[in-house]
Amino acid sequence: MNLFIGAAAIGFILALLALGVFVSYRIYHTLDITADGSFGIGAAVVAALLVKGVHPLPATAAATAAGLAAGAVTGLVHTQLLVSALLAGILTSTALYSVSLFVMGSGNVSLVSAESLATLAERVLRLPDSVTLLGTPVSGGSLATLILMALLTIAVAVALGLFLATDLGLAMRAAGNNPQMAKAVAIKVDWMVVLGLSIANGLIAMSGALLAQYEGFANIQMGIGALVLGLAGVMVGEALLGRPRTMVWWIAGVVIGAVVFRLAIAAAVRAGLNPNALKAVTALFVLAVLTLPHLIGRLRRPKGELVVRHG
Amino acid sequence: MADVALQVDRLSHAFHPGTSNEVRALDAVDLALERGTFTVVLGTNGSGKSSLLNAIAGTLPPGGGRIRLDGRDITRWPEEQRARLISRVFQNPFAGTASDLTVAENLTLAAQRGSGRWLRPAVGRERRRAIAKLVARLGMGLEQRLDTPIGLLSGGQRQALTVLMATMVRPALLLLDEHTAALDPRSAEQVIRLTREVIAAGGLTTLMVTHSMSQATQLGDRVLVMHRGRIAFDLPGARRQRLREDDLLQLFDQLRWADRLDESAAEMLRRAYV
Repeated sequence: MNLFIGAAAIGFILALLALGVFVSYRIYHTLDITADGSFGIGAAVVAALLVKGVHPLPATAAATAAGLAAGAVTGLVHTQLLVSALLAGILTSTALYSVSLFVMGSGNVSLVSAESLATLAERVLRLPDSVTLLGTPVSGGSLATLILMALLTIAVAVALGLFLATDLGLAMRAAGNNPQMAKAVAIKVDWMVVLGLSIANGLIAMSGALLAQYEGFANIQMGIGALVLGLAGVMVGEALLGRPRTMVWWIAGVVIGAVVFRLAIAAAVRAGLNPNALKAVTALFVLAVLTLPHLIGRLRRPKGELVVRHG
Repeated sequence: MADVALQVDRLSHAFHPGTSNEVRALDAVDLALERGTFTVVLGTNGSGKSSLLNAIAGTLPPGGGRIRLDGRDITRWPEEQRARLISRVFQNPFAGTASDLTVAENLTLAAQRGSGRWLRPAVGRERRRAIAKLVARLGMGLEQRLDTPIGLLSGGQRQALTVLMATMVRPALLLLDEHTAALDPRSAEQVIRLTREVIAAGGLTTLMVTHSMSQATQLGDRVLVMHRGRIAFDLPGARRQRLREDDLLQLFDQLRWADRLDESAAEMLRRAYV
């Protein structure tokens, strides 16, 4: 049970990552690899501040701001210097690796003795050491952390949903969906792209900051594979809830998807999957979700028959 | 002097300039549109009529010349800034709307053209009611489908909505780019009827590009015929009123003869002197 409480907490943390990837991938149709760098910079900034004794809330906010800035850099390089979105993301992400090293001072920073959102949750919620949940005893501390992470993520998801339904959020979605139309209704598409990538990477950096606090350390390697991990969450969400017509459900699906994916991974590890294989498994999973519908469609169509559709 | 809305002076644009493939899409075009008039531009493929429209809209950076709208020099304005004053309906019925967004959201975006977009909930109750009322005018039952992604509607329905969207905020200039060319005849007729209505209701200054001679003779109050990047014929007022499709065919024949004459004259000169 403790294993799954922990997995659910990580799931909610990574749901923020999935929401960030959702913004760049589903709203802008851009696979923004800045994700890997901004996840890492989030962890790096929060770790550097926490060991200095900064309160976890402003430290987490600062980490989020670092991600916002990283996304804005990618957006500006892409829209103002006319570098492809993919290359702009790679450049920012690569540079962020060095920035993270400078911020942390070394490749690994331990937060064991620092106050973090995790220790704060344990202190504030004051659950007993052992709580009985569904008939099994679980650690009160990890339950408190789960509750905090879940509340935080849900609050951010609701805020994102509300934002996307404002005039500005709508303009952002139009810019991603049909730039030609957006320009025709006087939306500054370039700035909407900068804003969107900024928000996406802010969410991702926040996710990195929360994960570092949950794990009790920040590592320079933490961000590797973040984009693919976030994509997996988005895809599980869409598999579970479909592609709903309303943003609210779509966003809810992404959060649920990220948590379910994490729980499935925990179950697989418990069943004997070597944790070293996790990134490969995640990558294969995303590949499968992307290609299977297409492959199945090809198998179903009888060979040698020309399919002509009359419109 | 008459009240001029759009003033285009010596507008030029060349594709592949400085090469042997140079094409003068716009060759020092002068044009003045009076406020509240509806002008139809005809021309063959490559005549420069679309280039003219795109240069005015801001999607084609002009090589030279000046564009003034309502007394403001907009020559250097980027496309989205011009869109505050100019609204457009594209030939592709899917270009003017955002397919993943709902009908209500698309119309809301158009209703906000030219005003600030901040953190107010976009589709409020009042806005919804106004949109439902506006859309009901089309008689397509779309007021029941405000929350449907607009991508699920037909091309004709989307183009009709695009025409509405273009006029929700009164534009200083309305540009129509062969906006019925990709529709089936019935939808095209519906969209043309709607176009006529909204232009008349708003007294909008309109520039419409078309291939259709019948549209040119039935719509608007002035016809321009473009050829080789220039305005070859300008038929305003009374001449436009008397205009029949046969007359237009004759004008196009004249242009074709002139072209052939040019070519044979050039050939003669080449033989004689080269």
